[in-house]
Amino acid sequence: MRYLPLTPSDRSAMLGVIGAGSIDDLFVDVPAEARLAGPLPGLPLRQSEMAVERHFSNLARKNKAASDHPFFLGAGAYKHHVPASVDHLIQRGEFLTAYTPYQPEIAQGTLQVLFEFQSQVARLFGCDVANASMYDGSTACWEAIGMAGRVTRRKKAVLSGGLHPHYVSVAKTMARFTGDTLDTATPDLGSTDMDRLLGAIDAETSCVVVQYPDVLGRIEDLSPLAAACQAAGALLIAVVTEPVALGAIKSPGEMGADIVVGEGQSLGVGLQFGGPYVGLFATRDKYVRQMPGRLCGETVDATGKRGYVLTLSTREQHIRREKATSNICTNSGLCALAFSIHMTLLGERGLRDLAALNHARAVQVADLLAAIPGVSLVNSSFFNEFTVTLPKPARAVVHELAAKGVLGGVSLGRLYPELTELENGLVVAVTEVVSDEDIAALEAALKEVLA
Amino acid sequence: MNAPNTAGWRPEMGDAHIASEETFTGNRALMLEERLIFEIGDTSTTGVDIDPAPAAASRLGSLARADAIGLPGLSEPETVRHYTRLSRQNYGIDLGFFPLGSCTMKHNPRLNEAVARMKGFKDVHPLQPRETVQGALAVIDELAHWLVTLTGMDSVAMSPKAGAHGELCGILAIKAALEARGEDRKVILVPESAHGTNPATAAFAGFSVENIPATEAGRVDLAALKARLGPDVAGVMITNPNTCGLFEPDLKAISDAVHAAGGYVYCDGANFNAIVGKVRPGDLGVDAMHINLHKTFSTPHGGGGPGSGPVVLSAALSPFAPLPYVKREADGSLRLVEEETAGEDQPDSFGRMVAFHGQMGMFTRALAYILSHGADGLKQVAEDAVLNANYVLRSLEGVLDAPFGHSGPCMHEALFTDDGFAEGFSTLDVAKGLIDEGFHPMTVYFPLVVHGAMLVEPTETESKAALDQFIGALRSVAMRAKQGDPALKSAPHFAPRRRLDETLAARKPVLAWKGDKGE
Repeated sequence: MRYLPLTPSDRSAMLGVIGAGSIDDLFVDVPAEARLAGPLPGLPLRQSEMAVERHFSNLARKNKAASDHPFFLGAGAYKHHVPASVDHLIQRGEFLTAYTPYQPEIAQGTLQVLFEFQSQVARLFGCDVANASMYDGSTACWEAIGMAGRVTRRKKAVLSGGLHPHYVSVAKTMARFTGDTLDTATPDLGSTDMDRLLGAIDAETSCVVVQYPDVLGRIEDLSPLAAACQAAGALLIAVVTEPVALGAIKSPGEMGADIVVGEGQSLGVGLQFGGPYVGLFATRDKYVRQMPGRLCGETVDATGKRGYVLTLSTREQHIRREKATSNICTNSGLCALAFSIHMTLLGERGLRDLAALNHARAVQVADLLAAIPGVSLVNSSFFNEFTVTLPKPARAVVHELAAKGVLGGVSLGRLYPELTELENGLVVAVTEVVSDEDIAALEAALKEVLA
Repeated sequence: MNAPNTAGWRPEMGDAHIASEETFTGNRALMLEERLIFEIGDTSTTGVDIDPAPAAASRLGSLARADAIGLPGLSEPETVRHYTRLSRQNYGIDLGFFPLGSCTMKHNPRLNEAVARMKGFKDVHPLQPRETVQGALAVIDELAHWLVTLTGMDSVAMSPKAGAHGELCGILAIKAALEARGEDRKVILVPESAHGTNPATAAFAGFSVENIPATEAGRVDLAALKARLGPDVAGVMITNPNTCGLFEPDLKAISDAVHAAGGYVYCDGANFNAIVGKVRPGDLGVDAMHINLHKTFSTPHGGGGPGSGPVVLSAALSPFAPLPYVKREADGSLRLVEEETAGEDQPDSFGRMVAFHGQMGMFTRALAYILSHGADGLKQVAEDAVLNANYVLRSLEGVLDAPFGHSGPCMHEALFTDDGFAEGFSTLDVAKGLIDEGFHPMTVYFPLVVHGAMLVEPTETESKAALDQFIGALRSVAMRAKQGDPALKSAPHFAPRRRLDETLAARKPVLAWKGDKGE
């Protein structure tokens, strides 16, 4: 057992020090009738490193990796190129194998990274402050709705039809148990629901939640919505699932959003079949004590040197127990580190260049696809993701494309199984990893499938 | 406000003597200081060469960005050096013993990292067509099989993203089951010895929380719990082994009483590593329990996350499990049950907790650890974790007060208090003193049920030699606290920072760099 250092003679010497006759004497509190005698049936015994590796290689081969195929999936998770140094640096043992920085004197590495991460996220989102990350974008969105309830002491949240349906599902799950009311809608391929949102704000509204760009890829000016929320005493929550977009378009904070949450997976983290991802959460200074999650703050040490600590913990579960701001007691530290390193490598110039490349590639593909007979483009505006309608249900098209080796997008049928009016819709994401050959392959395959 | 740059080198710094005493960015005797990226980078520098964008008309509408964002960049070599330097101001399990009780810091095998990085796992999208992700679904299915078998439960919800998220999942399942029965029970009982997340979770889900006291022996007061049961009680949340490092011998009796009163039993499984392969919580009547994959199955903590908290469920709660989940068909193929088929497969599901399928990257790592150990090795894991903890407990007897040491063996962690320290000396001083001895301190001031708590969790991946070294160091620091050694009050002396002012940080929060924005 390569991970267990104790030898049989260590074990008997230690039992001697303890004064126990056998290891089972240490399990006296476990009722005898519940104790397992031997290894459980139905489970194999230990395996060598080589055998475990082989098992996983065999399973990995049963998946089609995004990097091996023309790849156009988005809808909340994006395939971007991650510089090699990101994964190298996050695998340094001092980062990888550290715990929550409860002893700040020997955790300045983690803490400074979190401070830098918070600062980067705040700037990217156009907000004053950000926390040290959340589980993912969808849970950050739910926590933002909860926070708006605490700030406004109201319980009705108005959700845009352009909000990712899985984010809506998460909010619905939580609301069912917390008593919040959610005013929800589904997307309209004709136009966004800005007018509905403006009309839905009333004296009971705690917040309006809008995705930017929305789930179909559309981009709308949030300023009028921010003004309407402010006039009604409600908060505007903006959800960003593709942070690279903010290298090309105005941030929600600049347009007046009170809370901006997002999914940071695009930078540094990778697809990973859905997780772990990194939730981003930023707001205005005045709401900081209502913000959930961990926070890192600057301070000084006993000799006056600048240093960092976890702070404002009086909002948290280990102090306030049932009165805590949320039950969260962790963040996505390692993913936040990856995000922060990737962002540092890019810098503002790199982020803007990357965003420009994403957008230009997406425009190319959108125009090519829209030229295929029967295909039309839904969006008038978009960043690197857009929606087309096909002459037949997109769910089947996606499977036929996959059979031709092209991972062609996410069907609205998968995202909205109950809405037949959306079943011909296909959400297509185009990032910098898409090559000219990939584009040609998608175009050719789609023509064949639709022929 | 302009953050004081006391740590970094500044060209305008006049006093060379002070600069050399207190601040340096070189590599003086391998001691490192590192300024913030905002102080060393600038917005025109980049460490990534990006292909030029092809000419295309903008479709950004009126929202094209005009103003600067203010994000500093560094070249690749500067970036590598920045983060490498920062890493060297961190303590990790790779460097040494990390006995944080209740946090479970064990060796992180690099095999786990290697398999998680196979491109068939790390580079697949959560919404890919299911026929293109059969291997990924097989990992989830295999891990689920192990978790259900090891716990003796009926099913497992894989999507919760951390232990506390798993607690929410379990409590929501209980709430949904009660709703299905048409009952509106409002109270969750939480023993004093439970994790602080337990009451926070119950309150978050709309329950009122009532505490159940602990006995002198550090266990749940069974009589008090039984006396409180009634038609308004939805269930109990119990941590087992509990936060005092003790097994709750009455868990079966507690479960029977709670079930008889119509409630459900939630078990906080954060400490499952103490009993894996030795006892199945399902045999003790538990209805829901989260398993912190990072604790029991060695996925790395990464400076505080990500975690992963699958929740095993009893037959009574299984129908309410969240979406999505993996289902094996008769032909052996794997299907992902999501909203579109939930109506037939899981009509009572309480819904979705996260956007996608949970912490896939943690599933591969945890499964690699499980397969490496096998059923026989996992039993040894629990035995060695418990043996190591009891060895620490008994070896420090006579030096540190062990409040429950008289009542028998502990499980995987040993609990001490500050009883007998000199006037003015506290658990915090011992923690900081241990840093100077080269060790990460144990968990301090937790659990809350004893004064000045010190909770030591050695885990199964520590050798006897490592434990002996730590025991010697803790013995020496504890003696200094008892004798009132003034040097201990200003420890640590050999860390990258001396004691940090946490009060200042909370009173005047500086949470983001605002150096170039003015105030």
